[in-house]
Amino acid sequence: MIANFFEYEFLRNTFYTGLLIGLIAPLLGTFIVVRRLSLIADALSHVTLAGIAFGLLLEKKYILGGVITPFYAGMGFSVIGSVFIERLRSVYKAYQELAIPIILSGGVGLSVIFISLANGFNTDLYNYLFGSVSAVSRSDLYSIIVITVIVITVIFLFYKELFMLSFDEEHAVVSGIHAKRIHFLFIVLTALVIAASIRIVGVLLVSALMTLPVAASIRIAKGFKQTIVLSIIFGEISVIIGLISGYYFEIPPGGTIVVTSILILLLSISIKKLKFNLSRKKAIQ
Amino acid sequence: MHDPIVTMKDVSYAYENKHALNKINFTISQGSFIGLVGPNGGGKTTLIKLLLGILKPQHGSIELFGVPMNKFKHWNKIGFVSQKANAFNLGFPASVQEVVSMGLTAKVGYLKFFTKEHRQKIEKAVAQVGMSEYLHENIGDLSGGQQQRIFIARALVSDPELLILDEPTVGVDAENVKKFYDLLHQLNNDSGITLLLVTHDIGTMTHHATDIVCLNKHLHFHGNPSEFSSLSDKDLSHFYGHPLNLVTHNH
Ligand SMILES: Nc1ncnc2c1ncn2[C@@H]1O[C@H](COP(=O)(O)OP(=O)(O)O)[C@@H](O)[C@H]1O
Ligand SMILES: [Mg+2]
Repeated sequence: MIANFFEYEFLRNTFYTGLLIGLIAPLLGTFIVVRRLSLIADALSHVTLAGIAFGLLLEKKYILGGVITPFYAGMGFSVIGSVFIERLRSVYKAYQELAIPIILSGGVGLSVIFISLANGFNTDLYNYLFGSVSAVSRSDLYSIIVITVIVITVIFLFYKELFMLSFDEEHAVVSGIHAKRIHFLFIVLTALVIAASIRIVGVLLVSALMTLPVAASIRIAKGFKQTIVLSIIFGEISVIIGLISGYYFEIPPGGTIVVTSILILLLSISIKKLKFNLSRKKAIQ
Repeated sequence: MHDPIVTMKDVSYAYENKHALNKINFTISQGSFIGLVGPNGGGKTTLIKLLLGILKPQHGSIELFGVPMNKFKHWNKIGFVSQKANAFNLGFPASVQEVVSMGLTAKVGYLKFFTKEHRQKIEKAVAQVGMSEYLHENIGDLSGGQQQRIFIARALVSDPELLILDEPTVGVDAENVKKFYDLLHQLNNDSGITLLLVTHDIGTMTHHATDIVCLNKHLHFHGNPSEFSSLSDKDLSHFYGHPLNLVTHNH
């Protein structure tokens, strides 16, 4: 079964991509969760869907399709969407969360228009919604490798500033950190990671891969770095188990990856409870 | 006393259309321990935000360490502890060591990394506030008083010359408040750090501070504790807007 993943090139591509997004989605997800931006990831994934639908339309109706693939169109829309979200958040200072339904519904609305212009749904779109084990081309894989390198490099270089900004924006500003610019960089990274993950987990579940492993790790981690490491481990476990079982049962991997993440989450909650009960027993004795 | 390290001249500030501070003239001399008191809404936090450059005064000028505000660069000379509850994200795992490291982030600078030396500094600052044994604990698992000590360590780690604290003892129990003042006293006396402390705890301030400043839109009083104690009840209730029961712990 696992051998299949190395026998066929398309499965190999999927597997490598899975390992890459199992790393970068929870890595960025840790910062997203601590900053309470989980819903922004969701909004951006729907904008990405609009881009993908746009790409599919081009592919179907125009010759341009060869140049602007759905993947690149999705990535472009996602990045542009991230810029819009930041604009909206500064326009509606007192109601920043308003940016999310605006962008999310805008994304869905555009998707519907592009999809019907391209004459309706097809299996390709279904794959984009729920993920697919067989959708990653070699050139997709190369793009995702590039995104991974960019994400890891930027987070490595700006780790301490991102960390401070995530926990205490006021303190960051007072000490002279360029909060706005760093935040912007961060949102663009988020857009890139979403675009990279969509092939495998799908539009509807991409934010789950960024947040569920983090939700599990904050129950048991000590310190922020440990939270990141645990989140990545949980993310990788979910991706590996999810991809293999998805392939085996012929289920879109988005579903199996997310269900695995939820099982890990439940496990970490009960481990914490168990630990707590044990230490209480000891204290009583 | 020594040179002034903060000078405010004729500073006024209004939010949209609401006057918060009116023509404030105010200096902080090096080595002093200033207790900033006044009624709620009197503009204490606004004054601090002006000093930290978060707000810009509409009138008047501010100098920090002899440098006009807009040219001032050495922000690491100023440590700041805010009212913790509203500023810091306590629900997410971050160890004491990581939290205190934030105090060095700006000083270390972009594209540079913490070295062994920095880590030793962090450990020293944590030791200074008596929290060494909690170095690797999550800050969210500590008590309110302990958390406040960690925020002081974060402010101290960059070796500030001026430490500004905005109502740091709100929500801290009485016993820990006393320890807290002892710590401030020690920082002021032994380490020579200038302190500006916003507090409602006037009684304790007359005990520890070198200066007391009363602020209610205008600066009503700036003098030493004994001058403050000799103010009549009438003076006090005048700028508090209501009678004040002053409890001093001098006896
Ligand atoms: N962001 C703000 N927008 C509008 N008004 C504000 C703002 N912050 C404070 N104020 C007003 O300015 C005055 C001074 O507030 P503040 O400096 O917080 O007082 P203090 O810290 O002494 O309690 C109050 O009347 C308050 O309502
Ligand atoms: Mg205040």
